[in-house]
Amino acid sequence: MKILYFAWLRERLNRGEEEVSPPATVATIADLIDWLAARDEAFALAVEKRALIKAAVDAKLVPHTASITGAKVVALFPPMTGG
Amino acid sequence: MTVRVSPAPFDPGAETNAFLKAGNGAGAAVTFTGVVRSKSDDPITALTLECYPELAINQLNDIVARATTRFDLLAATIIHRYGTLGPGEPIVQVMTLSPHRDPAFKAAEFLMDYLKTDAPFWKQETGPRGTHWVEAKAEDDAAKARWE
Repeated sequence: MKILYFAWLRERLNRGEEEVSPPATVATIADLIDWLAARDEAFALAVEKRALIKAAVDAKLVPHTASITGAKVVALFPPMTGG
Repeated sequence: MTVRVSPAPFDPGAETNAFLKAGNGAGAAVTFTGVVRSKSDDPITALTLECYPELAINQLNDIVARATTRFDLLAATIIHRYGTLGPGEPIVQVMTLSPHRDPAFKAAEFLMDYLKTDAPFWKQETGPRGTHWVEAKAEDDAAKARWE
């Protein structure tokens, strides 16, 4: 699955996207964040305040409890500041 | 109902005139334009808006659909720019058309309150003190919460 990063999360990770293949036990957005944090110290530091991180699955905004089963694109990003 | 997300500049006057022409039977049109602010005590030289366009279009269409259900609207449009903008340039335009002014005003506020917190845009300001990301504001969450 492809993961997209935006704004300060993209800058802190020094990448806008990456391809990952999490194991089947990684079932939700929260699981995915835990899994990514466990394999990458920079990621763990960037998402230290978990509640700030928002997520989308295939361009639909979702909570951390949402399933990622079958997802093609998951996006992770800070709170939005448009308008 | 129209949603447009683009790096291209837009002309608020031309957009307003085109929107008004669609107004068969309308008694009220409200247009709001958000522009890049630069104050003398806190100047900026540029504002860069990062965007996730696919999610932005989905979210803005959802926000417009909710406004249409909630208010007596004949038409609604949201235009939102991304990319690097200078002081005074339009960022966003929200327009509503209704038989009466009250729903036109309320729907325009509703659209702005929701898009500020729910649409995937992120602002980065550049000024004399360097570049920094604009933080999300609690008052924007509170403004949205009053509609819930």
